[in-house]
Order: sequence, then C-alpha cells, then structure tokens
Amino acid sequence: MPEEVVHALLLSLRVALLATAVAAVSGVACARLLARARFPGKEAVEAVLLLPLVLPPTVVGFGLLLLLGQNGPVGWLVPGGLLFTWSAAVIAAAVAAFPLVYQNARAAFAQVDPDQENAARTLGAGELLVFFTVTLPLAWPGILAGIVLAFARALGEFGATLMVAGNIPGKTQTVPMAIYFAVEAGDYRTALPLVAIVLLFSFTVIFGLHRWSGRHIARYTGQRRG
Amino acid sequence: MLVVEIEKRLPHFTLRANFTVPAGKLLALAGPSGSGKTTILECLAGLQRPDAGHITLEGQPLFAAAAGINLPAARRRVGFVFQAYALFEHLTVWENVLYGLWGLRGEEKEAGLRRAEGLMARFGIGHLRNRFPAQLSGGERQRVALIRALVRDPAVLLLDEPLAALDRGLREQLRQEIKELPAEWRIPVVLVTHCCCEERLATRVLRPVRSGGTVSWTA
Repeated sequence: MPEEVVHALLLSLRVALLATAVAAVSGVACARLLARARFPGKEAVEAVLLLPLVLPPTVVGFGLLLLLGQNGPVGWLVPGGLLFTWSAAVIAAAVAAFPLVYQNARAAFAQVDPDQENAARTLGAGELLVFFTVTLPLAWPGILAGIVLAFARALGEFGATLMVAGNIPGKTQTVPMAIYFAVEAGDYRTALPLVAIVLLFSFTVIFGLHRWSGRHIARYTGQRRG
Repeated sequence: MLVVEIEKRLPHFTLRANFTVPAGKLLALAGPSGSGKTTILECLAGLQRPDAGHITLEGQPLFAAAAGINLPAARRRVGFVFQAYALFEHLTVWENVLYGLWGLRGEEKEAGLRRAEGLMARFGIGHLRNRFPAQLSGGERQRVALIRALVRDPAVLLLDEPLAALDRGLREQLRQEIKELPAEWRIPVVLVTHCCCEERLATRVLRPVRSGGTVSWTA
C-alpha cells in the first residue's frame, strides 16, 4: 500500500478519535449544564449548539474558515492560524460530531430518575460525586450511543474538513478525501481497498460497542421478580 | 428532638408545618395526596428550601430563614426512604447499602461496615448482596432502601409512604419492623402516609387542616 494511503488511514483514525474525545467531553458538559440552567435565551443557545447537525457542511466549513484563518480570532492566538493543518481537521470533525453527543446526552440525562440523585445527596454525596456515581452511569447507555454516532460522523467528515484542512497528501489528507480524489482520478485500485477498510473498521467498532453496551445494560435490567 | 416550624408557598396553596418529634418517637403525617406531605419531608432532608421558619435537630439548626442557614442535604445526617425506594439501579444491593460510606475512613468506616453486615442479616437479605435492584421483589427493595438509609447512622429517619407499593401480607411484616425502629435507633422518625392503617405505628398522628389558601400540619 502506498505510503500516503497508510498516512491517510492513520490520520483519519487520529482525527476521529481526538474529535470524538473533544465532542464527548464538551457535549456531555453542555448537556448537563443546560439541562439544569434557567436563563433567558436558553432555547436560542440550544438551537445554536444543534446547528452543525442541520447546516450544509460547506456552511460550517466557511464559518470555521473565518474563525481559524489568519485574521480570525484563532489566528490571533496561534500565529499564522490553523488552516490547512491536521488540527483544523480535528476541529471540523469535532464541530460536526458535537451535536450528536449533545443531543443524546441531553435525552439520557432527562431520563435519569431525580429521586436516585436525591437519594445520593441524602447519603452524604456532594454534587460532583452524585454526577459521577449516579447521574453519569445511569445516563451512560444513551451517552455512549451518542459517542458512537459522533465517532462515525467524525470519521466520515468531508465537506468542512476539505474547506479548512484541504487535501494535502501525507499532511492533511484523510481517508474520505483520499477516496474522493482517487475515484475522481479514476484510480479505483487505491479507492477500493480504502473503502473496504473503512467499511470493515466502522462495522467492527459500532457492532462491538453495541454488543458491549447491550451486555452492560442487561447486567442490571434483568427480569424483576415478584 | 426534631423541631419543625416552616412555611412554603406551593403553586396551589401555602404549606405550614409546625411540630416536634422527640428521639425514639414516630410521627405520622397522614393525609390525601397533594396535601404537601412529601414536600415537608423534602424540606427536612434539604432537598427543597422552605420560604420561612426553621428546622432544628438536637439543637443544631438545619434550616433557619432568619439567619440564612440552609445545610445541604449531604450534611444533614438524614436517612430518607423514598416512596419508590430510589435504589441505584446500576449498583448491586451491597454497593447500594454501602453508598453512604463514601469518603469515610478508619473507625467510622469500620463501624458503618459492621452496621451494614448486621442490618443485612437482621432483615434477612444477606444472600441478596450481589443482586441488582431490578432482580428484587418489592419487599426486598424496601428493605434495601431502609438499610441503606440506616447504615450512615442517621440522626433522623424519614419514610415516604414506605408500605404503599407492597401487598397486604408483606405490609404487616414490614409494619412490625418499622414499628421497632424509633426506640431501637433512639432517633426521631417521621412517616408519611395516605393510608390509615400505617397510623397505628405512630406515637402521634398529624392530619392536615385546610383553611383558605393554607394547608397546616400543626401539632
């Protein structure tokens, strides 16, 4: 396999994992904070957070282009800006993946029985302990579903990534990019193995996680007796 | 001694509670649903904040509107058995029972473990320690909730409709167990019920008095 293709595979994996981590932490935190907070304009904030889900990737990409460019706010912090680096690909994938974690976590937190959280409080637990020992484990199956979707979305990110990270083989070229440009050039011998690898990998990850979470939940939702 | 004198404005009426419960005694709050019983318990536990008044336990203020004191639930040493038990569904029976010992060390933790062992044996559920709550019957769940509340050695015990979800035969048995609690633990116990049979457990029974837009629970 050509060196650039191997690089694209490894880069895609690294970008998707990092972007999923960023989206998971920020998505869960936002979901928890907004589930409780009451302030004017809350609905508008929630709508903004979900925007990347409904906007065309090119619109998200254009927004990020302005944000990450030399003259944007990020350009002030990082001299030269982040455009056409693999960091930009991580940011684009994280932005696209964020709403999937956020939305699933939001729904999962809403399902958590407030009495169980209150029981923990009366048993001496502070808010942080309540969150990590009761709220998060009870909401985990829903959050995990969001994380799996986010990972899949990050791995497949194309439009926004192309606009902010470009398609530089050996530097910012991810697998979806490599497949698109190989197919466009009629180079099916490069495209086909990549497609097969992505298919197999995605299937294994999603199948494995679902299986694991199914068992994890079944552990404590056995048939109730009497 | 638990001293309660609070007022809380609810959407449809103003709730007033004014009573004392000495250690070793059981007070029953008996009234129809929607008369503020659970709200009173949650105010005692620190899960809701009254609008006015004070709550003291053994002379220590848990809540005092005038002085701006409102101890968080975690620091009140209140044992609370919720109506639907609120067992942690993702933890085993034994992990549920020991939850209140988080962060305790040394002798305190040892004493808590001994209490947990003793209570599990006494309530006859020692063999269930590795089960999850979803695998228990109603009576077993109730006992786990009660043990979990007692393991922390609470200074007051609050029971929200503890027998409501159980069938009749089981009720009689658990009623006897609850009846022995106040004297054995030498703490005040407050029980909330809408069923008159539970009142027989109590040293004293309070009923709500409705006048105008106010519901009062006054001794």
